[in-house]
Amino acid sequence: MKQQVLTFILNGEEVAVLVTPTETLLDVLRERLQITGPKRGCDDGECGACTVLLDGEPVRSCLTLALTVEGRTVTTVEGLMVKGELDRLQKAFYERGAFQCGFCTPGMLMVAKSLLAKNPNPSRDEIRSYMAGNLCRCGSYEEIIEAIQAVAAGEY
Amino acid sequence: MKKKGVGMSCVLHPTGNKGAGDPSQAAIQLKPDGTFALLVGAVDIGQGSNTILRQFAADALGVPIEKILVSNFADDFAPLCLGSFASRVTLIDPHAVVNAVEDLKRRIREWVANEWEANPEDIEFDGETVYLRGDRERRSMTMDQIAAGANFGGGYNPGFLVGTGAWQPAKFHAHDPETGEMPAVGAISFGCCIAEVEVDTETGVVDVTRLVQVWEVGKAVNPLLVRAQINGGLHIGMGYALTESSYPYWPTEDYAPEKLGDYFMPTFLDYPPELIYGIEEVPHPAGVQGAKGFSEGSSNGPPPAIIAAIHDAIGVWIDTYPATPEVILKALEAKKASE
Ligand code: FES
Ligand code: FES
Repeated sequence: MKQQVLTFILNGEEVAVLVTPTETLLDVLRERLQITGPKRGCDDGECGACTVLLDGEPVRSCLTLALTVEGRTVTTVEGLMVKGELDRLQKAFYERGAFQCGFCTPGMLMVAKSLLAKNPNPSRDEIRSYMAGNLCRCGSYEEIIEAIQAVAAGEY
Repeated sequence: MKKKGVGMSCVLHPTGNKGAGDPSQAAIQLKPDGTFALLVGAVDIGQGSNTILRQFAADALGVPIEKILVSNFADDFAPLCLGSFASRVTLIDPHAVVNAVEDLKRRIREWVANEWEANPEDIEFDGETVYLRGDRERRSMTMDQIAAGANFGGGYNPGFLVGTGAWQPAKFHAHDPETGEMPAVGAISFGCCIAEVEVDTETGVVDVTRLVQVWEVGKAVNPLLVRAQINGGLHIGMGYALTESSYPYWPTEDYAPEKLGDYFMPTFLDYPPELIYGIEEVPHPAGVQGAKGFSEGSSNGPPPAIIAAIHDAIGVWIDTYPATPEVILKALEAKKASE
């Protein structure tokens, strides 16, 4: 299939990459750009492990055709760290053990990031419903809720 | 109508196979920079075995955990471990690690004694310092110095300082032909789970509204990981009790799940709004520092507790997992018909 140049801002830097029209953003990130933070859990829009922020909004990169992000801003978990400092959410997840295998974590972090940007002080129920589209097979939901609450409470 | 019920389960979970041999191995090497490379066979799939095995090695050596690097990446070259299953690793692998550390200390003693023309039995360890008993002032070396000396030679004798260890709960026990008795397990962990559910008698949907799970784990080597495993076990247990199935119910196999989304795992919204976990510690004589495994058991507690709570709520015993709305409604119909 004919390739096209796709240009977008990835974690603060402009990138240009050749893609075919049927490739998803997840394909391009993982296979062409070696950005492997977003995970391919189901490739079907069901698990949330591939979640990235597109212009600040969480999207499932496995359901997003790569060419639709032309000129837009994509943030993956790799972009959360600033100048060698972990993001507050990353610190809270890490210190509070909000994961076991960590496969869902990059997606969880991106959704949590967007939640706190919109609602800096979410209730437990608000966290549960905002995060509901992301699955964790290790069952770290309780610890994830607590980590987000701790960040909201200014502990990190 | 929504009906509430409460149920309880008690779980006894074996950890480590005593009857048929169940060994693990470990190796530990003093690297040139004074850190220790710990090689284990246990596979860390997120349960945290790498973390706790580093803890055990650090404790046995008396060095900070940051000094221990752990690897289990290459199966072809790694020491053998029968596997990360049946909650066996926390009971068995720490013994292999501690034995490997003892072996490494013996090798270090020999190497240092050779340098000092001393008796290996007179070499003592104090954390990262190794010294000659009775002459610590003149005869002492740090682990970093030993590492550099042995690995790079120079003014010292070259050496490759590696310790190895292996352990299993017991030698093979044939069963007693008279009584059939056989000591089957290395240790047992005990758990208790109490679930509160709300059953919607019109839709058949069961919500777990509160859940408490407590585990007696010998010694919580890493409480954060123990907690993650208790609550993680709940995830698997709840799915098993209420939603997860890869078997088509009706009418044909065409309705079998094909993709992840057809297979219903609990989500954030399915988790009990009120969730309490508890850890009890009764050091187990067979475990290093009293530790034993338990985590598989934490997924066994919730299903019977939830099923018992359903019984409490609507008066029927569900005898097939998962208790999907369809199963609940059929059970309610059958109950009505029999009344
Ligand atoms: S990989 Fe995209 S939602 Fe699962
Ligand atoms: S930590 Fe393993 S899937 Fe969430």
